[in-house]
Amino acid sequence: MEKGRTYTLKIWRQNNSSSKGAFKTYTIENISPGSSFLEMLDILNNELEAKGEDPVHFDHDCREGICGMCSLFVNGRPHGPEEEITACQLHMRSFKDGETIVIEPWRAKAFPVIKDLVVDRSAFDRIIQAGGFISVNTGPLPDANEIPIPKQNADLAMDAAACIGCGACVAACKNASAMLFVSAKVSQLALLPQGNAERKRRALAMVDQMDQEGFGACSNTGACAAECPKGIDLTNIARLNREYLTASFAGAE
Amino acid sequence: MKIDAKIPSGSIAEKWSKHKFNLKLVNPANKRKYDIIVVGTGLAGASAAASLGELGYNVKAFCYQDSPRRAHSIAAQGGINAAKNYMNDGDSVYRLFYDTVKGGDYRAREANVYRLAEVSNNIIDQCVAQGVPFAREYGGLLSNRSFGGAQVSRTFYARGQTGQQLLLGAYSALSRMIAAGKVKMYPRTEMLDVVLVDGKARGIITRNMVTGAIESHSAHAVVLATGGYGNVFFLSTNAMGCNASAAWRAHRKGALFSNPCFTQIHPTCIPVHGDQQSKLTLMSESLRNDGRVWVPRTTELAEKVRKGVLKANDLPEEDRDYYLERIYPSFGNLVPRDVASRNAKYVCDEGRGVGETGLAVYLDFRDAIKRDGVNTIKAKYGNLFQMYEKITDDDPYKVPMMIYPAVHYTMGGLWVDYNLMTTIPGLYAAGECNFSDHGANRLGASALMQGLADGYFVIPYTIGDYLAGIGQAKVDTSHNAFKEAEAEVKKRIDTLLNVKGTKTVDQYHKELGKLMWDYCGMARNAEGLKFAKAEIQKLRQEYWQNVKLLGTNEEMNMTLEKALRVADFMELGELMVDDALMREESCGGHFREEHQTEEGEAKRDDENFAFVAAWEYKGENKPAELHKEELVFENVKLTQRSYK
Ligand SMILES: Cc1cc2nc3c(=O)[nH]c(=O)nc-3n(C[C@H](O)[C@H](O)[C@H](O)COP(=O)(O)OP(=O)(O)OC[C@H]3O[C@@H](n4cnc5c(N)ncnc54)[C@H](O)[C@@H]3O)c2cc1C
Ligand code: SF4
Ligand code: FES
Repeated sequence: MEKGRTYTLKIWRQNNSSSKGAFKTYTIENISPGSSFLEMLDILNNELEAKGEDPVHFDHDCREGICGMCSLFVNGRPHGPEEEITACQLHMRSFKDGETIVIEPWRAKAFPVIKDLVVDRSAFDRIIQAGGFISVNTGPLPDANEIPIPKQNADLAMDAAACIGCGACVAACKNASAMLFVSAKVSQLALLPQGNAERKRRALAMVDQMDQEGFGACSNTGACAAECPKGIDLTNIARLNREYLTASFAGAE
Repeated sequence: MKIDAKIPSGSIAEKWSKHKFNLKLVNPANKRKYDIIVVGTGLAGASAAASLGELGYNVKAFCYQDSPRRAHSIAAQGGINAAKNYMNDGDSVYRLFYDTVKGGDYRAREANVYRLAEVSNNIIDQCVAQGVPFAREYGGLLSNRSFGGAQVSRTFYARGQTGQQLLLGAYSALSRMIAAGKVKMYPRTEMLDVVLVDGKARGIITRNMVTGAIESHSAHAVVLATGGYGNVFFLSTNAMGCNASAAWRAHRKGALFSNPCFTQIHPTCIPVHGDQQSKLTLMSESLRNDGRVWVPRTTELAEKVRKGVLKANDLPEEDRDYYLERIYPSFGNLVPRDVASRNAKYVCDEGRGVGETGLAVYLDFRDAIKRDGVNTIKAKYGNLFQMYEKITDDDPYKVPMMIYPAVHYTMGGLWVDYNLMTTIPGLYAAGECNFSDHGANRLGASALMQGLADGYFVIPYTIGDYLAGIGQAKVDTSHNAFKEAEAEVKKRIDTLLNVKGTKTVDQYHKELGKLMWDYCGMARNAEGLKFAKAEIQKLRQEYWQNVKLLGTNEEMNMTLEKALRVADFMELGELMVDDALMREESCGGHFREEHQTEEGEAKRDDENFAFVAAWEYKGENKPAELHKEELVFENVKLTQRSYK
């Protein structure tokens, strides 16, 4: 087994949403390269608690890259240096022994900090509530195989549906735009025949809610897709723009 | 206390339709006069909350994550079963029912399982209508695969993210009801107790996880859909926050807890890498469709592999023991989970395990790649292989994967009757937190099915029957019962915060987990269980005198959250041990070393143990009282499961 490594950690500490935060520096030793990034933070927290210091708060749950809860801005990049993974899938082997690691929360007006590295992403839920669904009640419905869906479309819809709602796209964007997130849901439902009936209303309502939440405008830099842990493609934004334009011309319903 | 499962009369195939017809209804105009609390927004909770909202009830839904979309159902990879028979391979509702009862080693209730199989088809229709992008064939129709020991292809899937897609479907239905004002959502809110008024569940006490505020919520009925308790073991495939507190608090208030020792240890997880590990990762069971499980033939060879003198790929065919194929020629690598897990343990106990710790076996795709080509394998498992490589730094296209069993699912849970009501009137349990459908072992792709069956198609019917009988009068949260429950919760929090001891919550959790894994894990015996019981009691006492918490209640305090959960895990852990000790037989995931066949297979005792154990809480430090619900099998013939 490789011997443990040492790191200097510069971590954003902030007591609550109304207090001013600041970076604090910690040293951590004896970290195995096979440890995950969050396990490294667990170890730090155990040490802090043992010393009587408040542990670093950060969001996490599944620790396997699917719940979208973890949200760390590591060395200037959402979810850290590796491509197409979340912070919880990051391993310490990605960092050199002795390296300094800077850890911050997502920074966006629409994602206020709650404590330390924890932010409030409820704006995303409200965008979905505005129209990210197909209006069917629970109950007897036509047989699932009644509407064949071309495999290519089903696959594209699945590509878009893979979004985990983490917010890295917003954190990566200099305008803090939520276009990639919104476009993923709009695309998934626009690509499926079931989503057709509400297509226009959906695009308008979700974009409108996004604006109301204080996300910025999209200036097509592509930073979002470059940092998205699920590889959500920029073509989705193009599709959203088309959906939105068509809907605006037609006037919703 | 007498328990009555309220199983309707009649033939198995007509029980549910007859029962639905006999249930009392709440008039549509009156539904809005009833409030229902749903705790949990996983598959079971989100589907229940959305469906109840659509019916017109006022729903309040709660989850501990920052969004209902993040419940641990999201992590399910493999798929969901349904008896559609789209593949024309002889599947039917009856066969799904039969397989599930048999798979559960005959410790589940026939009537519930039949209903589950019956509504399985509606689930698929529902999800497709919501826009869940299930995998499809080129002709545009839905694709199925065979999964986890099934001999028909009845599993629907969405790449390796089935749970995510089903949950996002339920979440979208829930979001629609939130927008319609029919559901009020409380994220980052943890339920810490259930409130009873005149013996009926009338509300819950919660803690706002951002501000620490302790709050009361009143309703006409409460549905718990809070998931499983696998985290008793510290290391499991569950999310970090998964907990037993809601169910356990309900148990303490009078809800019987069933079969707590029935836990599922999943055979295909990534092995533990060291003592800093915080959780285990599942590799989908679908991998066993093409991967072959093996270990080196002798301990000497295994030793060389562990030391790195030999590489897996260096071992010629005759030095590999494909032990599942050898022992179970007809099912081979597809034997049920309990059998696969136990056999992995045996070969590792023999010293034939691989990996740094010797606690791993190979899952090898070499032959599948040779047979089908890399591209086919990539199309089927690409994302899983990638995930494996990210975690272990090994490339499974080139070297065999290493896997080892890990705690994954809990079949036990709150006892519920056919209506999914616990022994507390007005308190329901849905999804993994009830005990109902999986007996002593759950088959692959059946938990997602059960969660959605409970939430979309059972609770919305059965709850109306109860509500129609209790009247519309509301209980105000100023009622004494709420005030007392709030005070009790605050006292518990203060006590924990004031211990100011020396050991962290995590240290206690790890110690508990190790006891559970060593003595109440894949194989159990009376001596070990008795030892574990005494140790857990000691640990629990020490906890309340020496645990170290920082900060206050009035802020976001993740250590406090965890401390409350671990306190409940300790009590539940003890009940699991009691249950395992009581059950003097082996069945499914419960393997008592004293009770095995000559070939080392689980040996059931149907004469004495064909019952559901339902434990009643009798007070602090008092032994729980066992009640038995005898299981009657009218349709499925009890046989020794054989997968040879
Ligand atoms: C890695 C993994 C893979 C799996 N793969 C499959 C598969 O392929 N097929 C299959 O059929 N099954 C699978 N399972 C099992 C299946 O996913 C679960 O059994 C099922 O999703 C549980 O759903 P649930 O709704 O009961 O609970 P969960 O999804 O766990 O939801 C629990 C909810 O309760 C809330 N909650 C919990 N406690 C509290 C509290 N005290 N206060 C407030 N809220 C609370 C949580 O916030 C959450 O919303 C898998 C499980 C795991 C762990
Ligand atoms: S689009 Fe990508 S980065 Fe944005 S929320 Fe979805 S998964 Fe996260
Ligand atoms: S913790 Fe779930 S995605 Fe990272």
